Amino acid sequence: MNGKNMNNGQNALFCQKLTKAFGGLEAVKDVDFRVTHGERRAIIGPNGAGKTTFFSLINGQHPVTSGSIELLGQDVTKLPAHKRAALGLGRTFQITNLFPTQTVIDNLVISAMGLMGTKFSMLKPLSSYRPLYSKAEEALKSVGLLERDSVLIKNLSYGEQRQVEIAMALISRPKVLLLDEPTAGLSPAESHMMSEIIKGLDPSITILIIEHDMDVALSVADYITVLHEGRVFMEGSADEVRGNTRVQEIYFGEE
Amino acid sequence: MKVQNKSFRLAWVGLAAAALVILVLPPVLPPFYVSLITLALIYGLVATSLDILIGYTMMPSLGHGAYFALGAYTAAIMNTKLAAGFWATLPVSILIAGCFAAVLGLVAMRAAGVYFLMITLAAAMCVWGLVDQWVDFTGGENGMSGITRIGFGLDLNGTLSFHYFTSAFYIVCVGLIYLIIKSPFGRTLVGIRDSASRMQVLGYNVWLHKYMAFIIAAMFAGMGGCLYAYFNKFVGPDDADLAQCMEFFLMVSMGGQGTLIGPNIGAFIIVFLKNLASIYTDRWVMILAAIYILAARFAPKGILGLPEQLREKKKAEAGK
Repeated sequence: MNGKNMNNGQNALFCQKLTKAFGGLEAVKDVDFRVTHGERRAIIGPNGAGKTTFFSLINGQHPVTSGSIELLGQDVTKLPAHKRAALGLGRTFQITNLFPTQTVIDNLVISAMGLMGTKFSMLKPLSSYRPLYSKAEEALKSVGLLERDSVLIKNLSYGEQRQVEIAMALISRPKVLLLDEPTAGLSPAESHMMSEIIKGLDPSITILIIEHDMDVALSVADYITVLHEGRVFMEGSADEVRGNTRVQEIYFGEE
Repeated sequence: MKVQNKSFRLAWVGLAAAALVILVLPPVLPPFYVSLITLALIYGLVATSLDILIGYTMMPSLGHGAYFALGAYTAAIMNTKLAAGFWATLPVSILIAGCFAAVLGLVAMRAAGVYFLMITLAAAMCVWGLVDQWVDFTGGENGMSGITRIGFGLDLNGTLSFHYFTSAFYIVCVGLIYLIIKSPFGRTLVGIRDSASRMQVLGYNVWLHKYMAFIIAAMFAGMGGCLYAYFNKFVGPDDADLAQCMEFFLMVSMGGQGTLIGPNIGAFIIVFLKNLASIYTDRWVMILAAIYILAARFAPKGILGLPEQLREKKKAEAGK
């Protein structure tokens, strides 16, 4: 089959022979990857499989060594991260990455401005831009954190910080969303709440989720890609992945 | 809430004290002290603009003396050779400082941290070399004297009248910098300081915002330089040398980076110490060095950072 000409119009994301080498180490190697619009795809794999590096290639934080990336039908291989964000790509981070010295609401206001011309205005205080604040409040409401709006990020609980991560990625209404281990380090109850939040997202958003917790991965995604040592090991439905003994070996074998 | 009220009240007390020193006291002070206050205001403006880089964007620039000197020399040359007045030289000073930063930024911003510091310092030394060596144009080591306070639209030949003009100019400029920091653009700088990778993902062109901040800061320093030329009626290579660059940096780090007010306190302390100490000793630089070592040892976040530092210490002790 010729992947290049296949269903390009329906691809939210399309990677070909994607490779990233750090010196001699190939963290991602020859990855062919395709996700259609509105799909929910989980990416699993043992530690060091190259999952986070793969995300950083997709969103442009790392330049690719070779291969190509198409986002929403447009070749973005050479596009810087902020331009990919403008095309409708959002992401969260595995290690919480917020503005710790600022309040929850301000974190969201800064996020809301990311794709707006307002970010260059200099002669009016930010606090006078009321529509940005109401947008931020709405986003906080959607993750259930509205009553915490004036708390400094560094004073939030870890679980709450993870919720802010999601809210920040959603506020600019991304078409494709990369979630890097949204439940990492959460208690089972918080973890459950987080997967409910993800399941409740607008179904038109294409979501890629890296997830260590198999239960979360299988409950959120319809289709799973297994990465192993930088390569795509297999792709399939939840049942196919669960039933594959080789996957169990590489993924669960170390436990 | 209580802490907030307290710091709010403290801010008003500080503002009242500043108004007292800048606006109320000068008529009853000897002219020497008035001109020290004027000088501290000019340096304070330059240091505040440097705080945009050091405190809000994490670009530790040692090159701020270059923009200051470019602004000052532009004014001096236009004034003495073309008899240009203040309002004619001001935009040119701003433009030249801004253009220099626009070019320097392309190179310097490829580096970060110590390397950024070294590149900006090297650029400042180029400016120093230029004004020191280009004798025909800049007077070389002799500097440029004979600057006249013309074109202000007011008679500013008296110490007091020039002081009040400077105060008004200072209040407008520092107010502008404050507004820029509070504006959406200024808040993006804080975002970049806290997490550049997050800002990229949100759709910000991190480089562009930093580049703009770099140029804006330079333009305000150019303004300060222009005003300085008319204040001092003389500019020389000393206004562009290493010590001058270091002093601006010290004003910011000693007063408290990322506070906007701190650099002004730093400017007042350094101007007064320097001029009062040099009455008694030639070893002024040694005193400055000692103060800097003490400040770095006991108040790494600057004078305005002291209360927070003490609070944290108390908290740590209470935790034990």
